Amino acid sequence: MRRAALVALLSHWRRRPFQLLTLLLGLATATALWSGVQAINAEARASYDRAAGALGATPRPSLARADGTPMDEALFAALRRAGWLVTPLVEGRVETAGGSLRILGVDPFTLPGGDLPEGAAGDALDPAFLGLPGRLIVSPETAARIGGPELPPLIEVEGVAPGIAYADIPAAQALLGLDGQLSRFVLLDGQPGNRPPLDEVAPGLSLQQPQTGADMARLTDSFHLNLTAFGLLSFAVGLFIVRGTIGLAFEQRRPMFRTLRALGLPAATLLWLLLAELLVFALIAGAAGIALGYLVASALIPDVAATLRGLYGASVEGTLSIRPVWWLTGLGIAVLGTALAALSSLWQVARLPLLAPAQPRAWARASEAGLVWQGLAALGLAALSGLTIWLGSGLIAAFVMLGALLIAAALALPLVLYGALWIGARLAKRPLAQWFWADTRQQLPGLSLALMALLLALAANIGVGTMVSSFRLPFTGWLDQRLASELYVTADNPEQAERLTGWLAPRVQAILPIMNTDARIAGLPGEIYGVADDPTYRDNWPLIDRLPDVWDRVAAGDGVLINEQLARRTDTWSGGTIALPGWPGAPVVGVYSDYGNPLGQVLMGLDALRDRFPEVEALRFGLRLPRGEVAGLTRALTQDFGLSAENIVDQAALKAFSIQVFERTFTVSRALNVLTLAVAGFAILTSLLTLSAMRLPQLAPVWALGVTRRGLARLELVRALVLAGLTMLCALPVGLLLAWVLLAVINVAAFGWKLPLFLFPSDWVVLGALSLAAAGLAALWPALSIARIPPARLLQVFAHER
Amino acid sequence: MATNLRPLHRACLLLLLLLLAAVPEARAQGFANLGQAAEGYAMPAPGPFAFPKDHGPHPGFRIEWWYVTANLEGADGTPYGIQWTLFRTALKPGADLGPGWSSAEGWMGHAALTTPERHFVAERRGRGGTGQAGVSLEKGFDAWIDEWRMQGPDIDHVRLNAEGPDFGYDLQLAAEGPLVAQGDGGYSVKSASGQASRYYSQPFYRVTGTLALPDGAVEVTGQAWLDREWSSQLLDATQEGWDWISLHFDSGAKLMGFVLREGSGGFTSATWIAPDGTPTPYPDGALRMTPLDRHAVQGRTVPVEWRVELPARDLDVTIAALNRDAWMATSVPYWEGPVTIEGSEGGRGYLEMTGYD
Repeated sequence: MRRAALVALLSHWRRRPFQLLTLLLGLATATALWSGVQAINAEARASYDRAAGALGATPRPSLARADGTPMDEALFAALRRAGWLVTPLVEGRVETAGGSLRILGVDPFTLPGGDLPEGAAGDALDPAFLGLPGRLIVSPETAARIGGPELPPLIEVEGVAPGIAYADIPAAQALLGLDGQLSRFVLLDGQPGNRPPLDEVAPGLSLQQPQTGADMARLTDSFHLNLTAFGLLSFAVGLFIVRGTIGLAFEQRRPMFRTLRALGLPAATLLWLLLAELLVFALIAGAAGIALGYLVASALIPDVAATLRGLYGASVEGTLSIRPVWWLTGLGIAVLGTALAALSSLWQVARLPLLAPAQPRAWARASEAGLVWQGLAALGLAALSGLTIWLGSGLIAAFVMLGALLIAAALALPLVLYGALWIGARLAKRPLAQWFWADTRQQLPGLSLALMALLLALAANIGVGTMVSSFRLPFTGWLDQRLASELYVTADNPEQAERLTGWLAPRVQAILPIMNTDARIAGLPGEIYGVADDPTYRDNWPLIDRLPDVWDRVAAGDGVLINEQLARRTDTWSGGTIALPGWPGAPVVGVYSDYGNPLGQVLMGLDALRDRFPEVEALRFGLRLPRGEVAGLTRALTQDFGLSAENIVDQAALKAFSIQVFERTFTVSRALNVLTLAVAGFAILTSLLTLSAMRLPQLAPVWALGVTRRGLARLELVRALVLAGLTMLCALPVGLLLAWVLLAVINVAAFGWKLPLFLFPSDWVVLGALSLAAAGLAALWPALSIARIPPARLLQVFAHER
Repeated sequence: MATNLRPLHRACLLLLLLLLAAVPEARAQGFANLGQAAEGYAMPAPGPFAFPKDHGPHPGFRIEWWYVTANLEGADGTPYGIQWTLFRTALKPGADLGPGWSSAEGWMGHAALTTPERHFVAERRGRGGTGQAGVSLEKGFDAWIDEWRMQGPDIDHVRLNAEGPDFGYDLQLAAEGPLVAQGDGGYSVKSASGQASRYYSQPFYRVTGTLALPDGAVEVTGQAWLDREWSSQLLDATQEGWDWISLHFDSGAKLMGFVLREGSGGFTSATWIAPDGTPTPYPDGALRMTPLDRHAVQGRTVPVEWRVELPARDLDVTIAALNRDAWMATSVPYWEGPVTIEGSEGGRGYLEMTGYD
């Protein structure tokens, strides 16, 4: 019996292979998008840990200049001979044809062997590694990415952190243009008990606590949460397809269930069989989805890696490694998703009245009753969403709010469409039009899941598109303000700085020293800048909150400016105070926007900085000069003065780089968006296809009354377009709400800055056209099959009339 | 002719640290890489030493060391021992070493302080050319790695200091006898296949100074022994290890001797140094060393009490470790510590044992 029942149940799929394909595809897509995003996140996080552990599993404190500038290599022997056990590092980045590479110059003689990645310690004492040209030790993935004649030969070692190359000190110095200089000293374990204080041995150096992987993880958390949210959204959209297909399959098999039950199959056995069937599907589709997810992740990770490198300086390789836990969670989420999607159908089967009619109309009527509940649920979720934004705070709350909002909108959609169609029917005068509206309304339950998916996809598209565009406008404006100096130059050392300012004085309108030092502010890595009192800042600096005479106070050393991120994180605004190293109660006199900076930043007058951080040297300068003289001065700086080209940054180049970083940030969002929209279009297609087979009994009488098959097909197309258009109209406010949440809530929580909302109606028109095209395309095939349906089959409907 | 395997053991330590550790398969050959070709390196040749120049480094050679051990005594009679060692190795032949930070010359320091109850060890490593480690004769004699230093107006009058996380010492060494050339006038042939080194010692240092112990400083006096050796050629692969002694007898005479353990047999060598510094080398078989008592330390069992016989000098003594746990837990571990002497002669000295794995 059980075997016969199973064969009967499975025969449904054999007769409807397309439905089976839809189910598997939907489930696979949902799993793919979700696990793809998870793979990207896991890869990035693993990279942070490896990068933080680039020198030893336990990060060690180091000695460096407060402003991070390099120092004379002779300091090394001075420290060691005084009993300070340190190992020197030369750090920096080189740009290769294959992207950026972090160079870590180490001294294999003093670096504890265990501090290098396993397998690299041996290579580091190979005579070929030592001296010039030396060798670079990199991971095989990095080796595949970089390369070029300008680099020393590569040694590939598994387990080396991505994007990092270990080199001997002189090789690193040569690569980074730091001849005779070192970046910092790592303090080793087992220091002798008796040694002179640091400022006697190496004045100007200070002890700095190590950066840990956790720091990087905190900085990039928001980025990953964003990705996760997108993955979840795609998963939800995919589940709509699954839910729709399972619902249809169960509905279509209702007579079969009834027959099986009538033949004596216990309800429990039927349920178990259905569960087993679903489990097998879930596992097959899950496996396919994971493979697909791997492809998605591989396609996206180079952009993600580039973003993380550009935005946060994080070391992430643009390749993916497969982790077993990722496979398992992928399968788990597929099974869980299937269970979720099948829950209500299984519930119905469990309570199936043996003699219930199995008609589409009956189904539709049952759905009408369900609509009330759906509406109530939508209202409840909307209320929850409102409450969360009112009472909650932080990124998680923002996403909970977003999730509730989107689900509420999706649940409310059939209700709104129902109302719209009802109004349409009331306005219709001619019988055919009345039939059209009524028939559309009857199809609504079958299509509503696909339309919900479309709504979510469109809303996400509008929301993210609005956010990206809203971002670009103020960001470019802000860049114009912030990068007011025409040219930025950096000297290698104080002597050169002095010569440089002397040389520049007659050649430019103003020389603005920029001094900065790294510091822990409010418990996280941050930076402190000293700026000159100059109209450049007074006129241009983008202050969003200020006390009167703000620039006078800063110049007098009576207060500091902080960036928006820091202000929001510590909830400190003008009039408050902030604790800085060496200045516990610094008065905050203004707050400025600082887009794109993951770090908290403090700005103070030059004198104030010099007083509190005497070791910081003025090596960087902003230069004011007429725009037209920039090229000439740049040439003179390199040729006449002898400043190396990498020490000169043109404002235009800086702007271009900044904008490029932000474009990259949104590439990933946009890619996920397009995928979501495609999934929604596919959902509509499958729904229409499955519905069209069931609709013959509705179409046949209309055909018999004289409407041609072509006419019916045209109506099918129009119906799809009307529904898609209505959905688009509903998606617009939802998308704008989403954009507002992204800009005003999530952005603030994630990145620490708030952006004004700008509307771009032309984008909506394009999107609307796209969604109509998607719906039209999806309806084309079902419409064509109606146009070509043999009249005999339509006649059969009357013969088989039940 | 005296063959001097202790220095070769030291060379082995150094190479293991700086070379072999990097090439895991080399371990499969035991101490095999000691036999590797010395192409491109300078070769030792017989002839007189050129002092003071020879106190300084010989960059053309692959390996070289300045090796001091001292037997000391506190005011209350408590015996102590210290070790101070500076190794130099060239990872490339001298001509290719490279200047400054490009140098492929490695330096390593070992320091130890032994009391009857405790044994302290520290290790330092560095690169030549950076100023972190080296030996200079510009102002007298100066050998250093980090803040560890052996320095004075000449090699016979030096201040010796070293420090670890939990110990330290600062000693004045003054020689009361001449430098002693080992082997054939300082040309020390190692094997029938012709491997050799240049080798001399200063076994006549009188020592005063201070030890820094966790419980506080201790004033000490005593005797010290310096070994200087450089070479480019190394031993065959068949040795299992060495047992080496340097003994100060109460009579004023000294003895340097060792057993090279190889299979069931062994190869011995010794140099008797008269109180006036006149050396008498003894060939294989003249010295007999017999383990009397063994001790388990760090998972190894090492002989910490020996019967030492040199019949040619009517010498028959028992040497016993001051601290049986004098284990050098350095990159490549070995046992080295002070011993007391009883029997036909009294006195004290140092014992080094390797290869007890």
